[in-house]
Amino acid sequence: MDLIVCIKRVPQTAEAEVKIDGSGKDIVKDRLTFDMNEADSYALEEAILLKEKSGGNITAVSLGSAEAEDTLRIALAKGADSAIRIKLEDFGELDGFKTAALIREAIKDIKFDAILTGCMSTDDSYYQVGPTLAEMLGIPHATLVSKIEVADQKAHVHRELEGGLIEHLEMSLPAVFAVQTGINEPRYASLIAIRRAAGKEIKVIGKEEISSEAKLNSTLEELFIPPVGERAEILTGTPDEVSKRTAEIIKEKGLI
Amino acid sequence: MANILALVEHRQGTIRDITYELLTYGRKLAEKMDGKLTGVILGHNTGDFTESVKKHAHRVVVADHEVFKDFNAETYQHALADIIQKENPFLTLIGNTAFGIDLCPALATQLGVPFTTDCIGVEIADKKVRVTRQLYDGKMDAHVYLSEGPSYMLTLRSGTCAAEEGNLTADIQKIEASITSQPDYKKFVEYIEAAVGDVDITKADVLVGVGRGIKEQANMSMIEDFAKAIGGVVACSRPIVDANWLPKDRQVGSSGKTVKPKLYIAVGISGAFQHIAGMKNADTIIAINKDPNAPIFNEADYGIVEDLFKVVPALKNKIMEMKQ
Repeated sequence: MDLIVCIKRVPQTAEAEVKIDGSGKDIVKDRLTFDMNEADSYALEEAILLKEKSGGNITAVSLGSAEAEDTLRIALAKGADSAIRIKLEDFGELDGFKTAALIREAIKDIKFDAILTGCMSTDDSYYQVGPTLAEMLGIPHATLVSKIEVADQKAHVHRELEGGLIEHLEMSLPAVFAVQTGINEPRYASLIAIRRAAGKEIKVIGKEEISSEAKLNSTLEELFIPPVGERAEILTGTPDEVSKRTAEIIKEKGLI
Repeated sequence: MANILALVEHRQGTIRDITYELLTYGRKLAEKMDGKLTGVILGHNTGDFTESVKKHAHRVVVADHEVFKDFNAETYQHALADIIQKENPFLTLIGNTAFGIDLCPALATQLGVPFTTDCIGVEIADKKVRVTRQLYDGKMDAHVYLSEGPSYMLTLRSGTCAAEEGNLTADIQKIEASITSQPDYKKFVEYIEAAVGDVDITKADVLVGVGRGIKEQANMSMIEDFAKAIGGVVACSRPIVDANWLPKDRQVGSSGKTVKPKLYIAVGISGAFQHIAGMKNADTIIAINKDPNAPIFNEADYGIVEDLFKVVPALKNKIMEMKQ
């Protein structure tokens, strides 16, 4: 199976304090760490598992700045065979729709049986690129994918619905699968593989190579701190003091 | 006149709660623009659905066919594309659910309609659509304008508004299904129910919810010990299940379980909306997190802004002392 995996390098914000920058449209990023978007790392692993079963090639694609090449090298170290960076700096403001349109242009000469993406990125949480790309390519898609089994150009796919329910689909290939986190256990790249990947070529394409007529569907006007409702009563003091107070509260509720 | 279309979402024969939120929100938006709200039902044996929905919309369009019994984004896309082209609404509202996420981007792309997803607010002024979305793990909100288009489409997050009782009597319009079989390239096969585990977290009075802040699997025993001391059960947010540190049946949130314990202690959980959706109705919520801006503190009754590795052992000791 020949596979394309779409990967995004994103700031890791889940465990960090996030602040708005001077433009009012972006966050202060200089003190944040960056890594492969979580769902994308599961999509990459799923592609590697499919390749291990049935052979084929994996092309990793990322729309990003030069630093995204570090993330692509991780993908190469883990098991991707080639990598393409689409120059973010060439295409100005983006949304999910335009991102999908640019990826479509970037992969138009590549033969594939399936495209895997993360179901969302943690930075702008669109949930859009996978299904939009599929529609542009005229092929079927499934989002929130929690299992893929392929036999005879047919894929049996599980989607994760609310409340833990699973939707089982039968799909033909080629198709786009937007993968949910938890579908597998992403591997770590070995040091040797990382060293080897450092020397591999990453194809970089920009406005000289591709163009897109796609217009933005949406434009970000401003960021703002989410309004706080009735906030928690914050207990202050040393860990010992707050623990004492918390234990008292629990006792007052009759739970000790 | 600016009309609004809202998709009725149903699963296994039941209308899902998001539908009434969409209808309530859609009706208010439509009335502001002197427009009408149309509920769209794609389903099979839809009599009960129509009865329920007609109180909430000015019009109901129903396509009743076996092919719509279970959701398939492909059949829904085909049918809705036809309906939207005929109805020409100003805005189409779809739930930001597992179904809506699968449907909206492809449908809007097919129609050439500007769209966006996971909105938590919508304002319409001078024919411009401005939505509120959440970015960066829910730590930022953004105002986003949709580009000018012939029509607009968006998915609305569950909980954006409270569903209200309906007092309308919709005109019902039955239409022929424009697609009558599932395409070969994407077929719904079945629903698979979640596996039942040995512990039912929905029955526990005290839950200790653990999240990404626990960092390593080796630290999970600290949470187990703490839960044991307080007489509670360990539950978790999604990253813990993704990492296989706890089984899926311990996950609290929209894709896991909805719980309503007497006490929920959130440890190292930042409070993604998917998690909040599953535990916000607990009687008392205590949150321990080192990020003072973590969204969990907007839901908690009591908050401790501190390193969980310092607080959890100390709290365990205090509880043990009190028990003696």
